[in-house]
Amino acid sequence: MAKADHTFGEIRLDRVSRGFDGVMALQDLTLTIRRGEFIALLGPSGCGKSTALNCLAGLLPLTGGSIWLDDRRIDELPPERRGFGMVFQNYALFPHMTVRRNIGFGLAMRGVPRHEADPRIDDAVRMVQLEAHVGKLPGQLSGGQQQRVAIARAIVVQPPLVLMDEPLSNLDARLRLDMRHEIRRIHNELGRSTVYVTHDQDEALSLADRIVVLRDGRVRQIGTPEELYARPAVLDVARFMGYRNVFEGRVEDGGAERAIVVRDGIRLAGTPRGALGSGRASVAIRPEELIPGEDGPGAIPGVVESVEFVGREYAATALTADGLLLHFRSHQRLSLDEPVHLRASPERVLLFAAEEGA
Amino acid sequence: MRSVDSLPAKLWNSLIWLVIGFFLLNLFGLISAVGVNSFATRWLGTWFPAGYTTRWYFSAWDEFQLWDVLLVTMEVVLAVVVLSLLLGVPAAYALARREFSGKKLLTLLFVLPLLVPPITYGIPLATVLYQVHLAGTMTGVILANLVPTVPFVILVMTPFIEQIDPRLESAARVFGANTFKVFAYVLVPLLAPGMLAAGLLVLVRTVAMFELTFLTAGPSSQTLVVALYYSVFAAGVRAGQSVDAMAMIYMATTLIWLFIALRFVDPTQLVTRVKKTS
Amino acid sequence: MTSQTALSGSAADRPNLRRRLAAAGWDRITLLVLPAAAFVVLLFIYPFAYGLVLSFQPAAGGLFANYAKFFSDPYLYDTIGTTMWLGLPATLINMALALPIAFQVRHFRWQRILTTILVIPITLGTVLVAEGLLTYLGPQGWLNRTLIELGVIGSPVRLIHNYWGVFLSLVITGFPFVFLLTLSYVTGIDPALPQAAATLGAGPASRFRHIFLPLLVPGLAVAFCLAFVQAFSVFPSAVLLGAPAGPTRVISIAAYQAAFEQYDHSMASAIAMIMGAVQLVVVVAVLGARTLFYRGPMGSGKG
Repeated sequence: MAKADHTFGEIRLDRVSRGFDGVMALQDLTLTIRRGEFIALLGPSGCGKSTALNCLAGLLPLTGGSIWLDDRRIDELPPERRGFGMVFQNYALFPHMTVRRNIGFGLAMRGVPRHEADPRIDDAVRMVQLEAHVGKLPGQLSGGQQQRVAIARAIVVQPPLVLMDEPLSNLDARLRLDMRHEIRRIHNELGRSTVYVTHDQDEALSLADRIVVLRDGRVRQIGTPEELYARPAVLDVARFMGYRNVFEGRVEDGGAERAIVVRDGIRLAGTPRGALGSGRASVAIRPEELIPGEDGPGAIPGVVESVEFVGREYAATALTADGLLLHFRSHQRLSLDEPVHLRASPERVLLFAAEEGA
Repeated sequence: MRSVDSLPAKLWNSLIWLVIGFFLLNLFGLISAVGVNSFATRWLGTWFPAGYTTRWYFSAWDEFQLWDVLLVTMEVVLAVVVLSLLLGVPAAYALARREFSGKKLLTLLFVLPLLVPPITYGIPLATVLYQVHLAGTMTGVILANLVPTVPFVILVMTPFIEQIDPRLESAARVFGANTFKVFAYVLVPLLAPGMLAAGLLVLVRTVAMFELTFLTAGPSSQTLVVALYYSVFAAGVRAGQSVDAMAMIYMATTLIWLFIALRFVDPTQLVTRVKKTS
Repeated sequence: MTSQTALSGSAADRPNLRRRLAAAGWDRITLLVLPAAAFVVLLFIYPFAYGLVLSFQPAAGGLFANYAKFFSDPYLYDTIGTTMWLGLPATLINMALALPIAFQVRHFRWQRILTTILVIPITLGTVLVAEGLLTYLGPQGWLNRTLIELGVIGSPVRLIHNYWGVFLSLVITGFPFVFLLTLSYVTGIDPALPQAAATLGAGPASRFRHIFLPLLVPGLAVAFCLAFVQAFSVFPSAVLLGAPAGPTRVISIAAYQAAFEQYDHSMASAIAMIMGAVQLVVVVAVLGARTLFYRGPMGSGKG
């Protein structure tokens, strides 16, 4: 496998599908992973992201499509012949081996002689800062340390691709931020490709070069974090990217750049995402983009329903006359039942064609 | 759950302990009868023998060629333990890890030899072994004894394997281990306690397995329990003390292994074969 | 973005044999069952099938000559009754003893020691128990001497080389087996269930009848089947402790004699098949009756 490293360019997934008993866990995933790229697979649980990762690792056979490493088709190779590295959700460290043997496992399996393997293991141990723990068993380590062992074990074989399955989900909040930083640093240092599965959009946005949003086994959008954040293609993705205020209205003036949506006394200008047609549309606004302002055209009137201090500002909700609950932010403390007029700039108000039956 | 004991409840409790005591007393009696008789010089019409001696052990040893019999027993038991683990553990692994069509049928196939008593399938099995000239040989005895022990290992090991995180094997595979290496480096070390327990249970069962060995063994492939049967069967020919001395030797070989096995397993596993759910 | 084409229908995927097998769960791991499965088929299923075919190829006469001979010769067909008459009462007695005792000792502090002691007769096996009982139950044995000493009987009772010797050996080796099975079922019942019943006003008898018994019936049925099948195939003790020519000429003796004394393997196979069939009939009847009762987890919810 080691020889392939230098020629490795990209991995192509071509309509990769995985179904079982007529249920499609993953359908037609097409994606090209460039060298050195950090890809996040993002979606709620059951969306197919772990299926995609396991298909890529070879732990699940495909039921359709193909996977290519440059010109070589690899989807029918067993996992041990693909030469990838993987970090498992619960780390899956071998409980009967020391940290050092765990990290050296991949090299031992490849028959790398000791004099070559030892310095590589040392490098990996240094990279994850575990020098003091190499003789311990996994059961004697903390969660964060186990996580580092799992990462070292995955990178020591210098794989063309490192797969990570929700690696931070078992850590507490503070450690998670530290490790997130570490993972990106190690990725940059190695210059290999990484595919990272998560359900946490903050993780995906901060780590990835490109994000693949999945839902119900299908790709909803592929794009850079900036694209997904500012211009989600579909309502699903918008919801996932923190557009908490979603409500429906009637399209009154449906231009391509700017459209007006009307709903029970509210008249809102927004940016259409895709063709709206005439009829109904869904409006999506982030709480951060919705702030109290002057009354007048384009403002949404309501009364304050709850206020929470979240550090730099207040997170609040307001109830409109027709019973819509809106999340917004405020710099001043508001009192309950106080009337507010919420405003958002039209660029930040996204409009989607209303979903069937939504 | 312990309520204040009324008189009928007390009587009922005492009655049950009395039954347990009576059973254990008789069990103890029949075992010690063998023990006492094996050391008796002469024991006729009295509570205890007239005198004690160890000479029956020496005469039994020569008379029944116990050295040869013990050797055969050891060889058979060892081969059965090793082979049933070799066949049973991989099968248990597949059953624990995979859902596949035909799994129910296979499970039934593996349960049947444990449900059907050995004498029932032993006679057709012995007939087949005679056809292929394996009856009477060591190979035949080993093959016959494997019929219940392979399924036994599968049934003991499947739940044991199910409780090992499958991601450990996934990790080993991703890092380059083929199926054989996954077994050698990851599974066998993790399965060792379960395999030890299963192996000991197979050992105890095989030492005591009478019917299958009896139906397939020849003069040179008898195990201890079969030799004991023949000596009791022909009891009139030899001194009863000599037979009992042999019985004591048999008892010792069985119980030593039983007590070793009980260090690693719950005694009920010898009977129920399933992991206790409580 | 995502096409609506059928899942496996596009031309680029060639659904080859490996993929189809993999979809049914058959990959290289699954193949590991094959050696063990082949072994059981070869040494269990095949001999059974071979025996069945052989039983229809008698030394003399037509297809069913063996079966006709068996069911017309009282010396042969009586063995079914003889074996039943030993096996059924012994199994029933063992069940009747095991259930109350299992209830009594389920919270017993030294339960493990007791179960260990009870495992001993199972481990020693029927041959050794038979040899022990020959001395212990004999006319000069400790049991008879004690009973005479206590004035219960005047002269020694004959307990060996007849029905009772075999019967008692079936109890000695069979009871521990039934007891340990029953104990594992009894301790498997969630203790919260009878407690819940007690808070609702059920006394010990009602708790047993309405909670324990319905939950135990399926397990007891299995225990009965296993114990009965063991008892029905009684062999060494029937020879050593019984009267193998008469009152304890059980069916396995008939099969053994046909095979190894008359060397009529065809007849022996026929008797073995009859033995298996009788066991099967009883097991199916008991397990069939079991379906009339509740079958499911013995705890609430946790399955």
